[in-house]
Amino acid sequence: MPDITIGQAGVYALLGYAVVFAGLIALMLVTILFGKLFTMKKEEKAPVLPAETAVPVPAVAPGTAGKLKLYNVDPKTAAMIMAIVADKMGKPINELRFLSIKEVAE
Amino acid sequence: MEILYENLLDFQWQDIVMILLGCLLIYLAIKKEMEPSLLLPMGLGTILVNIPGSTALTGPIAELYSAGIANELFPLLLFIGIGAMIDFGPLLTNPKLMLFGAAAQFGIFFTLCMASIFFPDFRDYFSIAIIGAADGPTSIAVANALGSNYVGAITVAAYSYMALVPVIQPPVIKALTTKKERMIRMPYEQKSVSKTTRIMFPIIITVVASAIVPDATALIGFLMFGNLIRECGVLDSLSETAQNVLANLITIFLGISVAFNMTADKFLQVDTLLIMGLGLIAFIVDTAGGVLFAKLVNVFSKTKINPMIGAAGISAFPMSGRIVHKMGLAEDPQNHLLMHSIGVNVSGQIASVIAGGIILNIAAKLMRG
Repeated sequence: MPDITIGQAGVYALLGYAVVFAGLIALMLVTILFGKLFTMKKEEKAPVLPAETAVPVPAVAPGTAGKLKLYNVDPKTAAMIMAIVADKMGKPINELRFLSIKEVAE
Repeated sequence: MEILYENLLDFQWQDIVMILLGCLLIYLAIKKEMEPSLLLPMGLGTILVNIPGSTALTGPIAELYSAGIANELFPLLLFIGIGAMIDFGPLLTNPKLMLFGAAAQFGIFFTLCMASIFFPDFRDYFSIAIIGAADGPTSIAVANALGSNYVGAITVAAYSYMALVPVIQPPVIKALTTKKERMIRMPYEQKSVSKTTRIMFPIIITVVASAIVPDATALIGFLMFGNLIRECGVLDSLSETAQNVLANLITIFLGISVAFNMTADKFLQVDTLLIMGLGLIAFIVDTAGGVLFAKLVNVFSKTKINPMIGAAGISAFPMSGRIVHKMGLAEDPQNHLLMHSIGVNVSGQIASVIAGGIILNIAAKLMRG
C-alpha cells in the first residue's frame, strides 16, 4: 500500500475539489448551451398559420381527462389546486396539463 | 442438559453491546423517525449478526452482502429509484445553481485531510471523507469499492447525519449569515422547460460527467437512467415502480445486508467514534462551504442571492432544500426560497456523485502506484 503524507493528502483534496468545480462548471455550460439550442429549434419549428386559415383546435387536457394521478389528495382539493394554479398563470384550466398532485409531508 | 444452554454461555459483553446498539437503531427509526427505512432493517440485522453462532451471519446476510453490496449493485439500483424521484426542473430553469452544489462538497475534501491524520490507510480515510457526500448509496458504494475496514461505521454515520440534517444545518447557517442576508428575497422566474430538454438532460449529464470522471460512470449513469424513465413520458408505470417498489425493496435488502459489517469485532473500536466525529465535521463543513461560496458570489454579483441556499448544496435530498426554505420563511413569511433551494439541492446530488467518482479515481491511481 503506498504511503501518503498528510501534505500529499491535502494536495489530493485540493485537486479533487477543483475537479468537482470544473466538472460542474462544464455541466452548467453544456446545460445552458443545450437549453438555448432546444429553445431556438422550438421557435423555428413553431408553425405560422395565416389568420384566415387558422382553425381553432379543441383544447386537449389529458391531465384533467382522467390521467391525473392523485397521491394522498382528495379530488375536491385537487380541483381547487388546479383552479388556483390556472388563475395564477392566467391560463384557462383546460389548456393546462396536470400529471399528478402529491401531498408533501413536512 | 448443557446442550440447552451452552450457546448462552458463548455471549460476550461485546455481543450484548452490539445487540443493544441494534435496539437503539430500531428505537431511533421508530420513535425519532430517523431514516427509518434504513435504520430499522440495519438495527435488526445488527441483532441477527451478533448472536453467537448466528446462522444469519454465515448464511442469508453474507449471501445478500456478497450479492448486492460487495459488488455495489444495491446502491446502484437504489440510484435508479432516486433518479426517478428527482425533478431537475428547478435546476434546468437556472443551471447556474450547479455551482453551489459543487461548493457544498467542501466537507468531503476537508474531512479527507482531517482523516488522513488519524488513519494510516488511505483507503480508509478516502472512504470516511465520502460521508460528506451526504448521500448513503454513494458512501456505501465508495467505501466498498475501496475495500475499507469501516463500511459499517461509515454507513451508520452517513445515514444518521442525513437524518440529523434539520438539527445540524440551521445553527451553522445562522452562525455564518446575518439576519439581513437571511432576509434577501429571490424572486422565482417561472420558465417552461421543454420536454426535449428534460429528456436530453440525463443523457447529456451522463456523457459529460462520465467523460470527466470515468469512475463515476456507474453512479451517475444509474441515477440518470432513473431520471430518464421519469421524464421520457412513456414509462409512467416503470417510473412509479422505480420510485416506490424498487427503492423500497432495495432499501430493505441494503439495510439488512449492511449489518454484515456491524459485528462487534469490526464496530466496537475507538475508530468508530472517530468516524462518527469526522462525519459530523464533514456535514458542518459542507454546509459552511455552500453558504460561504454564496456570500462570495454576492461580493461580485449585482443581483444578491440569499446565502442560505448555498447550504442546500449538500446532497441530503430533499431535506436540505426544505430546511433552507423554512428558515427563509421564518425570517420573512413572504420569502419563498423553495424552488432555488431545491435546484441547489438536486445539483448537490449530481456533485456528490461526481465527488465520489473523483475519490475512486484518485484511490485507483494510488493503488496502481
